[in-house]
Amino acid sequence: MAHHSEHHYNLEQRFDFSASIKKSILTVLGLGAVLLGIGIVLSITGGHHEEAGAAGGHAFHWYERVYANLWINNVFFTGIAIIGVFFFAIQYAAQAGWSAPLVRVMLSFGNWLPYAAVLMIGTFFVVNHDLFHWTHSYLFDKNDPQYDQIIDGKGAFFYWPMEKGTFPAFYIGRMIIFFGFWVFFFTKFKQFSQQEDLLGGTSHWFKIRSWAAFFLVFFAVSSSVSAWDWVMSIDTHWFSTLFGWYVFASWFVSGLSALTLLVLFLKGRGYLEMVNENHVHDLGKFVFGFSVFWTYLFFSQFLLIYYANIPEESVYFVERLSSDVYGPFIFVNLGLNFFLPFLVLMTRDAKRHGVFLKLVCSLLLVGHWIDFTLMVQPGTLGHNGGIGLVEVGMFLVYGSAVALVVLGGLAKSNLIAKNHPMLEESYHHHI
Amino acid sequence: MERDTHFILGVYDDEDVLLHAVEKVRGSGVKIHEVYSPYPVHGLEHALGYKRSKLPIAAFLFGMLGTSLALTMQFYMMKFDWPMIIGGKNYAAFPDFVPVSFEMTVLLAAFGMVGVFLITSNLKPWAQPRIFDVRSTDDKHIMAIDLANNTSLKEDKIKSILTSSGATEVNRKSFE
Repeated sequence: MAHHSEHHYNLEQRFDFSASIKKSILTVLGLGAVLLGIGIVLSITGGHHEEAGAAGGHAFHWYERVYANLWINNVFFTGIAIIGVFFFAIQYAAQAGWSAPLVRVMLSFGNWLPYAAVLMIGTFFVVNHDLFHWTHSYLFDKNDPQYDQIIDGKGAFFYWPMEKGTFPAFYIGRMIIFFGFWVFFFTKFKQFSQQEDLLGGTSHWFKIRSWAAFFLVFFAVSSSVSAWDWVMSIDTHWFSTLFGWYVFASWFVSGLSALTLLVLFLKGRGYLEMVNENHVHDLGKFVFGFSVFWTYLFFSQFLLIYYANIPEESVYFVERLSSDVYGPFIFVNLGLNFFLPFLVLMTRDAKRHGVFLKLVCSLLLVGHWIDFTLMVQPGTLGHNGGIGLVEVGMFLVYGSAVALVVLGGLAKSNLIAKNHPMLEESYHHHI
Repeated sequence: MERDTHFILGVYDDEDVLLHAVEKVRGSGVKIHEVYSPYPVHGLEHALGYKRSKLPIAAFLFGMLGTSLALTMQFYMMKFDWPMIIGGKNYAAFPDFVPVSFEMTVLLAAFGMVGVFLITSNLKPWAQPRIFDVRSTDDKHIMAIDLANNTSLKEDKIKSILTSSGATEVNRKSFE
């Protein structure tokens, strides 16, 4: 616009994590815990746990379903947390100006990373034999009748430098290195951004940009490998070369939806007054665009496997599409994650008005959580999976815990990086 | 000559002056035919009161047409006209049709949008463009006012409005 009006925005605002917000989040957490408890009791008393599992040949226990859900939510919310840091780094590497008032909001997601690290590593040691087929040592013993030549061939990827079937040193090592570096970069970004508040100038911006470049290279590798480790290794025989991208796309859409919801929540409470519908429009474009990107990857993976029809590849989709438990959810997945954002967010007005974005982003969070459920459950629970009280309860518990940690971290520093050199550019953002 | 059209042209040096001039001139009840400028002036279309383009609607409709044509074509060919078993799939194997349907959607949306744009912008190859002032491709902003659209105002009145709004020159231009 040609009007060079003076801006008098309050750059010192801090998010007030008031008792009433905490109370609402804790209420959801409590509700989730109750649903989870009821779900567990129901599956202990009335479940099919005494039936022998058809696929694995072992009896199914109620706690396996809880384990699978722990894993789904670990992976899903770790993704949202790291995407916050990733999107922050992207803004600096791309020298983006429009997003200057939003960088602190993005970065706040990273506060969940240390908790995610402890939960993920801890959960792995509890659940290992129940979720990860490759953790059984008999698979690697040539004299055992259950010896598996294919998994033996992949053994080094999990166990190197230890002997196959003992301690998965390489796997655990990767987990520690990935989380270690993610938390390290998050801490560095936070530190530079807060120093910038005190000292001003452009040197911190340049520092963050350099660190962001290194982080993005590290993230490109680590996000793919973590997808193979944490999700694809569940279906140990099966592999897909674009799986890393697929998981990344699902994470990215979830992270962008969570970011948009948090920005709209903050705006609704009177914060971030310089963020207007032009900035919200850009967030909406990201959500729209990357939903289409997710669909592209989903379909690319599906079509090639369907068309080639090689048994060891197509088993992944046979397990899901021909199952009474998971079959319908494939279509729910496509409906929520593709058709809904594609049709609702197509017009300009829908991306500029909070009401459509709130609806679509909330449903996208659920949709991509279902996507992760569909990746994890069939290979771990077989026909004993599904979406019931345990799933909903665990999702609510994790979601509210993440909200507590992220909002708590957000409240600790100014909402706006007040000396960000591109704030002025962002005020004039107009599309 | 009866079919002649006569324009009053305001010449502006500065885009800020131009933007305020557009508001002033429109505020005095003069209808502006068009403003020509050497580069895109941010906010000009807003000052001129242009409505948002309906081109996206055309794009959507042409896209849907592409999807429908592609699906109809493939189902007709593969199921009825010349059924073939490919890769052990059904004759009408929907997943196979998706890439072609996607491409046809993009193709028709793009072609349809370009076509509609050319027609609505009067950019047909044989169109004779009106050159109001060649300096609008160099360093001047030219505001063109069609006298036929402003019959309620006298020509001198329009000229004085333009001058007072900051125009460095006010010219008259006629086309046959």
